[in-house]
Amino acid sequence: MTAAALGVLLAAGTGYVAATWRCRSPWPLARTAAWLLALAAAGVAVAGPAQAHHDLRAHMAGHLLLGMVAPLLLVLAAPVTLALRALPPAGARRLSRLLRTPPARRLADPLVAVPLNAAGLWLLYGTGLHTALAGRPALTALVWAHLLVGGYLATASVLAVDPAPHRRPVAVRAVALAGGAAAHDVLAKALYAYPPAGTVGAEAGARLMYDGGTVLTLVTAALLWRRWYVSRDAVRAAARPA
Amino acid sequence: MAEAHARPPARRRLLVSGLLLGLGTAGAVDEIVFHQLLHWHHFYDRASGAAGLVSDGLLHAGTFSAAVAGMALLADSRRRGRFVPVLWWGAVLTGVGAFQVWDGLVHHKLLRLHQVRYGVDLTGYDVGWIVPGVLLLAAGVALLLRARARPVPAT
Repeated sequence: MTAAALGVLLAAGTGYVAATWRCRSPWPLARTAAWLLALAAAGVAVAGPAQAHHDLRAHMAGHLLLGMVAPLLLVLAAPVTLALRALPPAGARRLSRLLRTPPARRLADPLVAVPLNAAGLWLLYGTGLHTALAGRPALTALVWAHLLVGGYLATASVLAVDPAPHRRPVAVRAVALAGGAAAHDVLAKALYAYPPAGTVGAEAGARLMYDGGTVLTLVTAALLWRRWYVSRDAVRAAARPA
Repeated sequence: MAEAHARPPARRRLLVSGLLLGLGTAGAVDEIVFHQLLHWHHFYDRASGAAGLVSDGLLHAGTFSAAVAGMALLADSRRRGRFVPVLWWGAVLTGVGAFQVWDGLVHHKLLRLHQVRYGVDLTGYDVGWIVPGVLLLAAGVALLLRARARPVPAT
């Protein structure tokens, strides 16, 4: 189970590095580093703490790595931009057509992706699903994939590092991010107040979830506003005499 | 003169920046003073119910997000050379005061989500929280009114 997950991560790393060689323009090393670090974070989570379903503290450490740290780094690695530059022209055209289809556009909308990600978390911890994962490898793998992919889609929709048709204004993305953070905070407090049956370390786990979520949301918000501040539109608007 | 006044977007951006930073500062002060220094509040106070959990989480995420957004908008206003100290400080004080009054009246008294302190007579604490809030709010509004008379600096 863990071996299969690590295999997928290894394949993702190899694929990305191979794509940087085929990329038509020099690819920033920092992005490659972000991608590999993200996969390492996910690997550490999968190999260790994320398997601890009953120890909520270890579980939350894994949850933060897999659902927040890894997705943020994956987004900063701009995989879609790399794919568009590395694929042969026909393939790149097909990918960009795919990104413009209604379902893809909806998943890239922060008002959809962020609530979906938060709803998944509430489902996982609110229904006791996460204690039911023990001894069910297929279900566990599905939840891991959901954490990573859901986190990626939510972060990608907020930060919009990769090209996206019809990007939402920065204020909408900032509000979506804050809303997601609020759902995360409330869930952490609820886990503290009403620990799920059959778990230990609920209080420490909830604190870790709350504080870790705050730090990562702050980093994401800072990146979002920084990207807005240096964006071509904002710089132009500032230079324009009123 | 009329032209100097006719720049609502620059003023609005500065006003929003100050209000957001005021809310963010008040939220941070609230957490640092009452949770970390005084230990009157805790991560979870048994006295507060589910609604208290929700309001705490919303307020925490909302205020720190507001602080980041407020700083970005302030940087942008300064880059545009449209910084008016009296307008911005007025907005900051209004934000801080509004947070405190809202927290004191709506959260503490109306909805009874949480209290300033537990296990003591609250009258003094409530007065000590709400009255400074009203004063800050009044000072902020007074500064904002003064700022209305001043033109935004031309670039």
